[in-house]
Amino acid sequence: MVLLLLLAAVALAIVGTRNLFAVVVLSSIYSFLMATTLVVLDAVDVAMTEASVGAGISTVLLLGTLYLTRSEEAVPGHRPLLPLAVAVVTAGMLIYGTLGMPVFGDPTGPIHQHVAPRYIQDGVRETGIPNIVTAVLASYRGYDTLGETTVIFTAGVGVILLLGIGRRGRKGEDE
Amino acid sequence: MKGYLVLRVIAKLVIPFALLFALYVQFHGDFGPGGGFQAGVIIAAGVIFYALIFGLANARKLVPPRLVEILVALGVVIYGGVGVLGILLGGNYLDYFVLSSDPVHGQERGVFWVEAGVCVTVAGVMLAIFYAFAGRPRRPDPE
Repeated sequence: MVLLLLLAAVALAIVGTRNLFAVVVLSSIYSFLMATTLVVLDAVDVAMTEASVGAGISTVLLLGTLYLTRSEEAVPGHRPLLPLAVAVVTAGMLIYGTLGMPVFGDPTGPIHQHVAPRYIQDGVRETGIPNIVTAVLASYRGYDTLGETTVIFTAGVGVILLLGIGRRGRKGEDE
Repeated sequence: MKGYLVLRVIAKLVIPFALLFALYVQFHGDFGPGGGFQAGVIIAAGVIFYALIFGLANARKLVPPRLVEILVALGVVIYGGVGVLGILLGGNYLDYFVLSSDPVHGQERGVFWVEAGVCVTVAGVMLAIFYAFAGRPRRPDPE
């Protein structure tokens, strides 16, 4: 509860801050709070990813981008009423949607009835991997992880093609 | 930041342990939290830290952009290669059971290589993005 309040406070601070450097630092704090929340929820693997990617790499990349641009946010030229209304309506629909979901940790929820029992009961015997997350990620859901890796690969190729990573002796300098 | 003695000393102390921790996260992912994705990010973070302290040019010498490009593709090739190997050994694509005579051992072997592929690609892409952003000259302020 304290964590969620802190998350909300940091989110509001991000919205209210015009200095982008402060925003980057605040979003890093937000990521660490989110990682702590995930640890509380016993999702250690996700927490680790959030801490390393959200708080670590993204912060560095955002700071690197900030170095290339200005560090003050431009004042928008329009009223924020329409975006605010869209955000409120979307949030309302999402919250309404969660009302129909089973209670958190409910053992009779559909997510715990389908394939999860097999992963938990037979995972170690079938894959020999004690960490269920790794077993599901790399073995049972190997296709999905291949897709994710390909997505990351595509992102990297896109950045290399668009910006270049400073290889000497590039043949085509015409962009 | 080459002039800051404290930063240089601390960086030299921390970076080896960061890389070692990445290897721990990579190879201990079967038992504890972690895996290829996290390990790749930590490796990239170690190199980025090095670049921040000792300068981008030195980091480029340490991990040349050419190597980064190879890493980006190599990871996916490793991952896909494990799948193709499964077909060649008589299973389906990404079937790990056939990789060893003992199916459970085959699973472990398959997961090991798949995680290695993820780690290589993630580390490569993170470094590529960092090089691309950090290597650009700063534009004069438009105002």
